Amino acid sequence: MSGFAALVARDLRLVWRRPGDVAVVLAFFVVATTLFPLGIGPEANVLARIAAGVLWCAALFAALLSLDRLFAADFEDGTLDLLLLAPWPLELAALAKCGAHWIVTGLPLALLAPFLGVAFGLEPRALLALAATLLVGTPTLSLIGGLAAALTLGARKSGALLALLALPLCVPTLIFGAGAVEALATGGDFGAHLAVLAALALVALATTPWAIAAALRQAGE
Amino acid sequence: MASSLLEVADLACRRGGRKVFERLSFSVGPGELLALVGRNGSGKTTLLRALALLVRPEAGSIHWQGNDARAEPEAWRGRLAWLGHLEGLKGDLTVAENLLAAERLRGAPPAEDRLDSALVAFDLPSLAARPVRTLSAGQRRRTALARVVLAQAPLWLLDEPLNALDVPAQSAFRAALQKHLAAGGLAIAATHADLGIGGSRTLELA
Amino acid sequence: MADLHFLANPARFRRFSQRVLPSLAFATVLMMAVGLYMALIQSPPDYQQGDTVRIMFVHVPSAWLGMAGYALLAGLGASLLIWRHPLAALMARASAPVGAGFCAVCLLTGSLWGRPMWGAYWVWDARLTSMLLLFFLYLGHIALSRAYDEPERGDRAAAILALIGVINLPIIKFSVDWWNTLHQPASVARLGGPSIHPSILIPLLWMAATLLLLFVLLVLLRTDTEIDRRRLENAEPQS
Repeated sequence: MSGFAALVARDLRLVWRRPGDVAVVLAFFVVATTLFPLGIGPEANVLARIAAGVLWCAALFAALLSLDRLFAADFEDGTLDLLLLAPWPLELAALAKCGAHWIVTGLPLALLAPFLGVAFGLEPRALLALAATLLVGTPTLSLIGGLAAALTLGARKSGALLALLALPLCVPTLIFGAGAVEALATGGDFGAHLAVLAALALVALATTPWAIAAALRQAGE
Repeated sequence: MASSLLEVADLACRRGGRKVFERLSFSVGPGELLALVGRNGSGKTTLLRALALLVRPEAGSIHWQGNDARAEPEAWRGRLAWLGHLEGLKGDLTVAENLLAAERLRGAPPAEDRLDSALVAFDLPSLAARPVRTLSAGQRRRTALARVVLAQAPLWLLDEPLNALDVPAQSAFRAALQKHLAAGGLAIAATHADLGIGGSRTLELA
Repeated sequence: MADLHFLANPARFRRFSQRVLPSLAFATVLMMAVGLYMALIQSPPDYQQGDTVRIMFVHVPSAWLGMAGYALLAGLGASLLIWRHPLAALMARASAPVGAGFCAVCLLTGSLWGRPMWGAYWVWDARLTSMLLLFFLYLGHIALSRAYDEPERGDRAAAILALIGVINLPIIKFSVDWWNTLHQPASVARLGGPSIHPSILIPLLWMAATLLLLFVLLVLLRTDTEIDRRRLENAEPQS
């Protein structure tokens, strides 16, 4: 357990030394979100209708942005070898890396999104719902994205390939995440959507660490 | 004649479809250094990585005190200290932070009390608070060696340990290695140059 | 100098496929002729959709084979990761484009079928959308297996992807089904087609069997090519 905590702490400390990395991702989120009203038109009820979907999609893209450095940085400076050689399970190390990624990416996105939601005319209940769905849904994105990052370590065109691999697998989370916020507006069952989001996160938790560890071992060969 | 702790039998490795080495057998006992020599591409790094179980060998066995290393990989990894081509250091962390984090990531108890002696062994105390990315190649290599010393592991696997080291640093390395061997430790090192340790054996890879 | 280790299984496979391929090709052509006659001429037109319903005889089996193909990739992936079977990697590399091709045929025929029905070349029908996502998963597998200078690395990465993908497929299907019911389309866009009547069921099953033979034929042919390609790559002098 101490190795897990040490890895999360180390990655958080590294981000603390370079806060610009987080700021860039959040800035991208804001800019990307802004493009939609500019492309579609500022009509209030249209924006309110598309808000949940737009914000969820933009959060998804922003979360993917920082993923290709997740393991590549460790691969390049030799610290990945040390993780492969650590005498505690690699699956836990994979979980620690994705956890640290979520803390510096998914979590800030979830907290920032409601403020952008205001610009789309979402009502306060919907803003809270948006934050809640992102809080529950973004860990899944970090896990799936971490898997895509591990699979593409050292590959050619790894950035685009990572997105190609991750996005289809993120579709269920997107559907239920955006759907949950819309359910609130249309009188659907918000709680049920949130429960499915949580279930998706549990499935990801149960499957991806093993796959990520297998992929990292391939990279070490 | 020291009995052997590490026994490697008929080890074979294949990379990218071609055979790197096969039917490799050797043993190493406490206090012994085994130097791996051979041209570039002869498989020295592959052999070290196979011993560390980073690369899955095609055939052969690795035994430690009679037990199969591959049957208990976590226990085996706990016995290793690794120095590869890359330093294994985070550029944005200081020397001290890197060394302490490396120990914590090995699941070892807090190393603050042992840190000083590792730093002193490689003349690093004055650099302890500097971020690693500001150091020269030789200073980074010394930090990586300090990490190996700090680990207090019985078996050292070293890939070109003298790379980028100036003469004083090479002496410091030799002293640390001799201290490790005198305490009953083992070391296997891939090297182009003579490590200057009396009584070491050599394994030549074609 | 032949590398004995590599040739062990692929050589046996090569002998097997060389024996089987000619009769398999002949059987496929024969079945295709009979099947097309049944589908295009013998079976009755639908009382609602007329002759366009005949697209179903290619559309539905293609969907089945697209899905079965991905299950095959997952099985081959497991075989590669667990038993390090060298042939599994080559067969996976060979079958991924075939499965993707059947997916694409399913999407294209679905689009052609949709045009006379709803006046649109694409509807966000649950099954078409799921098939589209399956097609993306195939593309990811194909791209990943070819993204590495060392082909073995690509094979193993793609194997892991296939296993994760096959677990996610039911989840994706479930989500898309749900998404489709939530966003009720204006027209009832069900590409399920007419209820299955024996005069339609038999040609359908026949075409399914025929296309399955075609799938197997293509995979065997392509696996042979992959064996040759890998042999060539391994024999090249290291630069």
